[in-house]
Amino acid sequence: MRFVVVVKQVPDTAEVRIDEEKGTLIREGVPSILNPFDEYAIEEALRWRDELGGSVIVVTMGPPQAEAVLREAVAMGADEAILLSDRAFAGADTLATSNTLARAVSRIGDVDVVITGKQAIDGDTAQTGPSIAASLDWPQVTFVGKVRQLGDGVMVAERYVEDGCEVIRASLPVVITLLKDANTPRLPSLRGKMKARKMEIPVWGIDDLGLEPGKVGLDGSPTRVVKVATPEASSGGEIHRGEPGELAALIVDRLLGGEVE
Amino acid sequence: MASIEVRRDACVGCGACVPACPFGVISMEDGLAVIGEACTLCGACESACPYGAIIIRTGEAGGGDLSEYSGVMVLAEQRNNEVDHSTLELLGEASRLAEVSGEKVSVLLMTARPGNWPERLISHGADIVYVAAVPELERYRTEPFSRIAERVIREKKPAVVLAAATTTGRDLMPRIAKYLETGLTADCTELAIDDETGVLLQTRPAFGGNILATIVCSDTRPQMATVRPKVMKALEPDSSRKGVVEEIGILPGDLESRTEILEWLPLEEGEVDISEAEVIVSGGRGLKSPENFALLRELAGLLGGSVGASRAAVDAGWIEYPHQVGQTGKTVQPRIYLACGISGAVQHRVGMQSSDRILALNKDENAPIFEFCDHGYVGDLFEVLPLVIKEIRRRLG
Amino acid sequence: MNYFLSEELRDIKELCAEIAEKYIIPARAELDEENRFPSEIMKVMADSDLCGIYIPEAYGGSAEMFGGGSLALCVATEELSRACGGVAVSFAANALGAMPILISGSEDQKKKYLPLLASGSRMAAFALTEPEAGSDAGGVKTRAVRDGDHYVINGTKQWITNGGEAQIYTVIAQTDPSRGARGLSAFIMEEGTEGFSYGKKENKMGIRASATRELIFEDCRVPVENLIAREGFGFIVAMKTLNRSRPGVAAQAVGIAQGALDEAAGYASQRVQFGRRIDSFQGIQFMLADMATQIEAARALVYSVARMIDAGEKKYEKESAMAKVFASDVAMRVTTDAVQILGGYGYMKEYPVEKMMRDAKITQIYEGTNQIQRAVIASALIKETAGGKR
Ligand SMILES: Cc1cc2nc3c(=O)[nH]c(=O)nc-3n(C[C@H](O)[C@H](O)[C@H](O)COP(=O)(O)OP(=O)(O)OC[C@H]3O[C@@H](n4cnc5c(N)ncnc54)[C@H](O)[C@@H]3O)c2cc1C
Ligand SMILES: Cc1cc2nc3c(=O)[nH]c(=O)nc-3n(C[C@H](O)[C@H](O)[C@H](O)COP(=O)(O)OP(=O)(O)OC[C@H]3O[C@@H](n4cnc5c(N)ncnc54)[C@H](O)[C@@H]3O)c2cc1C
Ligand SMILES: Cc1cc2nc3c(=O)[nH]c(=O)nc-3n(C[C@H](O)[C@H](O)[C@H](O)COP(=O)(O)OP(=O)(O)OC[C@H]3O[C@@H](n4cnc5c(N)ncnc54)[C@H](O)[C@@H]3O)c2cc1C
Repeated sequence: MRFVVVVKQVPDTAEVRIDEEKGTLIREGVPSILNPFDEYAIEEALRWRDELGGSVIVVTMGPPQAEAVLREAVAMGADEAILLSDRAFAGADTLATSNTLARAVSRIGDVDVVITGKQAIDGDTAQTGPSIAASLDWPQVTFVGKVRQLGDGVMVAERYVEDGCEVIRASLPVVITLLKDANTPRLPSLRGKMKARKMEIPVWGIDDLGLEPGKVGLDGSPTRVVKVATPEASSGGEIHRGEPGELAALIVDRLLGGEVE
Repeated sequence: MASIEVRRDACVGCGACVPACPFGVISMEDGLAVIGEACTLCGACESACPYGAIIIRTGEAGGGDLSEYSGVMVLAEQRNNEVDHSTLELLGEASRLAEVSGEKVSVLLMTARPGNWPERLISHGADIVYVAAVPELERYRTEPFSRIAERVIREKKPAVVLAAATTTGRDLMPRIAKYLETGLTADCTELAIDDETGVLLQTRPAFGGNILATIVCSDTRPQMATVRPKVMKALEPDSSRKGVVEEIGILPGDLESRTEILEWLPLEEGEVDISEAEVIVSGGRGLKSPENFALLRELAGLLGGSVGASRAAVDAGWIEYPHQVGQTGKTVQPRIYLACGISGAVQHRVGMQSSDRILALNKDENAPIFEFCDHGYVGDLFEVLPLVIKEIRRRLG
Repeated sequence: MNYFLSEELRDIKELCAEIAEKYIIPARAELDEENRFPSEIMKVMADSDLCGIYIPEAYGGSAEMFGGGSLALCVATEELSRACGGVAVSFAANALGAMPILISGSEDQKKKYLPLLASGSRMAAFALTEPEAGSDAGGVKTRAVRDGDHYVINGTKQWITNGGEAQIYTVIAQTDPSRGARGLSAFIMEEGTEGFSYGKKENKMGIRASATRELIFEDCRVPVENLIAREGFGFIVAMKTLNRSRPGVAAQAVGIAQGALDEAAGYASQRVQFGRRIDSFQGIQFMLADMATQIEAARALVYSVARMIDAGEKKYEKESAMAKVFASDVAMRVTTDAVQILGGYGYMKEYPVEKMMRDAKITQIYEGTNQIQRAVIASALIKETAGGKR
């Protein structure tokens, strides 16, 4: 069984703080980490490989320093790692990202299962997995909380939705996006860490993947971020007084309004 | 190939771009902004620069005649053939957006049995209801639903397609967007039409809620977005509204699927673990008795959240220890934390201070919690909470 | 302070810190409260390849990669102790149990036992102490009598760390009572050997996650090939073992102290009294400064001694004793001060520092009390003076 796990390097959003005076993000010293959801994706692949044999290949698209997350995956036990890096890939939205990742999966070849994390903690879209599946024209199972069975051309998995769980059978090859419920990621091992440090990681660019410039990076991205704002600074609470009815209405505005201020 | 450039003649070295960059890759060298290697061309600095000194150049894009597209289409979500409330919210929002341009609102309902839903969707704001109804569409499955939706969108050419950011919408929409080679914005909390260009401004939280990004899809159609449930407001139903219902035929091959639902396991009664919860309604000594926690349970249930507690409430035996938040309880990080009758002792605070939003209801205006919450409400919880519950029921219909 | 640890040693440190954060810190209060052995955490350490860091590659370990293994063991023990001294000693006592085989075992014994320990599939313990033989190790009463190709062993060992959890024991017993300490011999004993059973598990003040038990030998038959070195060499084997392992206890002490300082500094930056953070009071600042300085001095000494051992120095009895005395006294002072800085909260079980204070105490007692260590240091000094080395 051949697994590809796609992983992303992200800024540790838990460390991001807001400058309360300027209302901007403070990223000073915010470390880059392996997207936390992707640890679970790696673990799931390793478990099934350990049980069924085969190999786990981790792939990331990002700047040269994104290599660090591949080494982390190798330290956990991944067999191979590939970095997709090219100036042409920069500025990708999920469509361009998945074009690039899907092409890498095709080039790797003979892949049975592609696993992604549920979502990346920076972009937060959860779109990359389904979009890869569409690019490859493979079936997809998203929000997987448990992979029950794998082998003989099929997978049975539990997909967690708002009010319950669907037990889904899918034919292979398949793309799945994985929730944290699925497993407990292992720690890297000492030997894994050493292997990871020494491993030569191949870098594939746009030419290696045979992609046209219009399909990747900013040029291949229909969406553009035009503005980034910080939600209303969360310091120095606003204190509301009034009749119970008024207060209730204000509270409900906040409760239902989510982040919209 | 796309590129980013700092115009040396225009950059005054004001540094406005440095904190604007969500990835922290801009630095100032010799009074000029320098863009680092890890730049993702996200565009945040371009819009932050007061001098127009940062320019992102894109290659060829788009193509096709964008003017062929008009109107807003909502992809309805149904469970057991009942349309989800999120769809009504989207229709409300779609109506507001379409009003600006005078265009039509349509909705695509894929179901086994439509019942009286087409009429009800019209009463909630739809001008056209497309109905694809065959028994195989009883339950959502990626391939049949995305295939049918793709075909309807290609045929009807809406300028905007919306779906709820639920597990269904987030499974379906990226698939369709890829088939259509168009852009998709995730989990929006605000939508608007740009006055000048007429494009859809799609605003969404990212970076774990630390920033709000506004995203556009200028050169391809439709402009697709998933929208966070419970954010937009549904219209009051109006049965005098007129609209058309159009049946969508099913083609051979539409219903083929490489996935199959073997079994459906409904969620067991009981709530979400507080350390995973998105919304926590928490109670303290101010609740006075175990019975009053029922109020919090009801409220949490309405919000799809969980109930938390201070140690004082747990020690009093009003609620079990797994609900305790704080130093000796759990550390939680919900999107919203509503503290009712909790004073805000430091041992409580350490467990909940990284919540995105802290709301506090307390009758003592000198309670320490008012010093660090985002929104404080000075009032008697026994008076306010029942009204909160009533108001939520009213708004959610 | 930058000790210029190699990349490999930093790997160990990172890994142990991760284990501490993910597994030990969430569990430590409960393990302490319930007096429970951390089997699951031991399994995690085995899976992470940490069990073989002091064992040579020839026997399944990776000591060469870290330049010998002594410093590696210290770095690991220190990092684990920062979170919990009890979990850390459960790990480190394996090395203590393995040390007699590593230092004085035959090739066959090494080949048979060390790979099992390196992989973490088995645990080890070292059994010297008896009810009547504590500091006076020469007073061991457990008797081993040769009977054909076996020794028959009778007696009781007391307070054996990892007792009941380990499968491989190195036991010091008397083969020739007429010769006192020179009549002692060291044996390898496997769990399940007929006549070998466990006594009660002790209810301790600190390091309660670790298991401390009696070992009971009743006509227990051990094959002669399990004799380590030769008859009469037991005392020497024991002393060499302890000399080699004491920097480990010292590292444990440094870790516990560091953990307490981290807690105290963190708390002092949060706690407000008289309208100010308490770390703005000079009284608190000077305490924190002294704690940090003492810890750094202890760490520097421990690392130096470990590096000296790794570099192949043969004589390090005095230095190893110094490291243990100094670091354990520092741990006791620093943890006591940490409780003081947390005030009443520090005295409560909800905060980890009272446990650290209880855990710290053992480092002044086991593997030779600090009085005995001072005696060792003094006698070395006296010898040096007499030999004109000073
Ligand atoms: C503030 C902001 C808002 C954005 N909003 C949108 C938007 O609404 N729509 C849009 O199309 N793009 C958006 N983007 C761009 C988007 O972040 C990138 O396309 C990104 O490469 C993938 O999306 P994601 O971060 O949301 O990942 P997700 O789709 O949430 O990630 C899911 C999984 O996909 C895999 N994955 C994601 N990225 C990579 C990668 N580079 N290499 C390998 N595996 C990967 C991982 O397994 C990950 O767990 C936004 C970017 C920013 C900075
Ligand atoms: C070692 C240690 C560990 C601790 N760990 C924790 C922990 O993990 N979690 C934790 O929560 N605490 C913890 N505590 C306890 C903490 O110090 C506080 O005592 C506790 O949080 C107080 O709980 P409270 O806010 O519910 O009660 P109180 O402090 O008594 O506050 C009750 C509040 O309710 C308000 N109120 C009363 N009636 C009404 C009404 N009708 N309407 C509106 N408001 C009303 C009052 O104005 C008051 O502010 C710990 C303490 C110690 C010493
Ligand atoms: C939790 C725990 C775990 C242990 N684990 C192990 C283990 O794994 N293996 C093992 O073999 N043993 C183990 N021990 C035993 C430990 O090594 C002994 O407790 C220690 O050597 C001291 O012996 P004692 O307790 O009999 O004290 P004693 O020797 O009775 O000493 C009592 C006091 O007298 C002092 N004293 C004794 N002799 C002198 C002297 N000559 N000059 C000055 N002062 C003196 C001591 O310093 C001490 O203060 C463990 C003990 C404990 C408590």
